[in-house]
Amino acid sequence: MKLTLKIWRQNGPSANGSFESHTLDGVSEDSSFLEMLDQLNEQLLGEGKEPVAFDHDCREGICGTCSLTINGHAHGPEDSTTTCQLHMRKFRDGETVTIEPFRANAFPIVRDLIVDRSAFDRIVQSGGFISVRTGSAPDGNAIPISKVDADNAMDAAACIGCGACVASCKNASAMLFTSAKAAHLNLLPQGQAEKDERAINMVKTMDEAGFGNCRNYGECSAACPKDISLDYIAKLNRDHAKAKLKKIFS
Amino acid sequence: MFSSSLGKKYLMALSGLVLIGFVFVHMAGNLQVLLGQAQINAYAHSLQSLPWFILWGSRLFLLAAVLIHAFTAYSLIVENRKARPNLNEIEATKRAGLASLRMGLTGSILLAFIVFHLLHFTIRTIYPEYAEMMTTVGSPDGTEIHDAFLMVISGFKHDVISVFYVVAMGMLCAHLSHGFSSVFQSLGLRSESWRAKIDLVAIGYAWIIFVGFSIVPLSVLAQKHGIYEFYDPSFFSQEVEEKSLSTNLLNNES
Ligand code: HEM
Ligand code: SF4
Ligand code: FES
Repeated sequence: MKLTLKIWRQNGPSANGSFESHTLDGVSEDSSFLEMLDQLNEQLLGEGKEPVAFDHDCREGICGTCSLTINGHAHGPEDSTTTCQLHMRKFRDGETVTIEPFRANAFPIVRDLIVDRSAFDRIVQSGGFISVRTGSAPDGNAIPISKVDADNAMDAAACIGCGACVASCKNASAMLFTSAKAAHLNLLPQGQAEKDERAINMVKTMDEAGFGNCRNYGECSAACPKDISLDYIAKLNRDHAKAKLKKIFS
Repeated sequence: MFSSSLGKKYLMALSGLVLIGFVFVHMAGNLQVLLGQAQINAYAHSLQSLPWFILWGSRLFLLAAVLIHAFTAYSLIVENRKARPNLNEIEATKRAGLASLRMGLTGSILLAFIVFHLLHFTIRTIYPEYAEMMTTVGSPDGTEIHDAFLMVISGFKHDVISVFYVVAMGMLCAHLSHGFSSVFQSLGLRSESWRAKIDLVAIGYAWIIFVGFSIVPLSVLAQKHGIYEFYDPSFFSQEVEEKSLSTNLLNNES
């Protein structure tokens, strides 16, 4: 395949960025999107040019490191797929592919296509944990958990923290990520003791990081490679309201 | 409670819920125009004769709901622009429909409509003569009451005004088709199994509101242009307006 790549280049956090176009020939349909970018970088190095900086790690869809907004879609147009799992056969020969970083005020650009997603870490640090006595390991099955709750918590825990929800949201809201991280603990018995604090603190940190307000478009869930459901947002809305009301009336 | 991003969502949803309830009652009230002069005049008169604290209490409550709703909406929009200052080269969507993406636009048109509508039929500054239209038809005790029926017919005889009303109701329909289900999401009152049902009810509700409100101006226009006779045709002659006004002036002088 032969592709025209329109790529965002930016030298540093405070530099002005702009698009740069490159033609790449001989792309295999079987290569992944990141392998295609590797091929481009080989070509750029050969021409004595600076390679394009992009994030990646596991390349098997489980770490959440890869990003990229491809033709306007976070992780590209395929549903339920990370950029590293996206294959070039999903594109047409001769197509122009536009590649941009995940854009949000709370995700400052580090260089080219790499953004700083540490705001997500701060949200998790403010409540995405349970404080337990760390003695000997507890007996398996010592705490009964219903199948429904276990499944639900597991579905929420599938979030890999990639940030596609923020990038796909016209309002740069981090509600899908935050609600998934809150829900997988709020649904389980171990998470109950800190449930109210968790809901309030995680939302507070999320607001302070400069993410936008959710307006229920549903774009986040549509872009999410792990299909995190909008239900978790509804649940965080509910848990947060309850926690606030309890605080007011106690 | 209301300072966080979610707090604003609760305010949006609660004020939206008040307005959702109000538009239904208002629509049901309006439909009595179709039942004729006596019916709608009696209804309008009964509302006007409510004890002042109930009448003004409800008016202030609704005004507060609209102000909170609009103010919160604009502050959400401004904050969200700041949260995503740089647009993508390509802005694509996968799931969001136009109704949800354009809530600010439909809402702003509604705000303009609400102001116009109040000046038109409630405060009556646009056509001050509407306030002078009096009749005994529909009066509970034979004394003169305001002729709401004549006002509505006269009001909707203007093509441009009627079309504006119908367009505004189209905006309301779009606003509600997203807003109604959005309330349940914002307040955390829905789950995956309910989502599809609530979305269906929302669309049904939005259309009922659209048809229910539009039927009155459309029926007046239809009769004016000779398509179908819904009402007593004498209300469509110019004289009836003038007669109502002149008898009223005579009454005032005597
Ligand atoms: C008859 C009047 C109105 C009704 C019945 C109504 C109803 C609603 C409802 C139910 C929602 C959903 C709330 C939620 O997301 O939980 C909503 C959202 C919204 N309304 Fe209204 N509204 C009305 C007037 C207005 C006006 C005058 C504005 C203009 C400023 C406006 C702007 C908005 C916006 C921007 C949203 C989106 C908020 C969001 O998605 O988070 N609305 N409206
Ligand atoms: S919710 Fe989905 S899109 Fe958002 S960070 Fe988690 S995995 Fe990525
Ligand atoms: S590189 Fe790990 S998920 Fe894509």
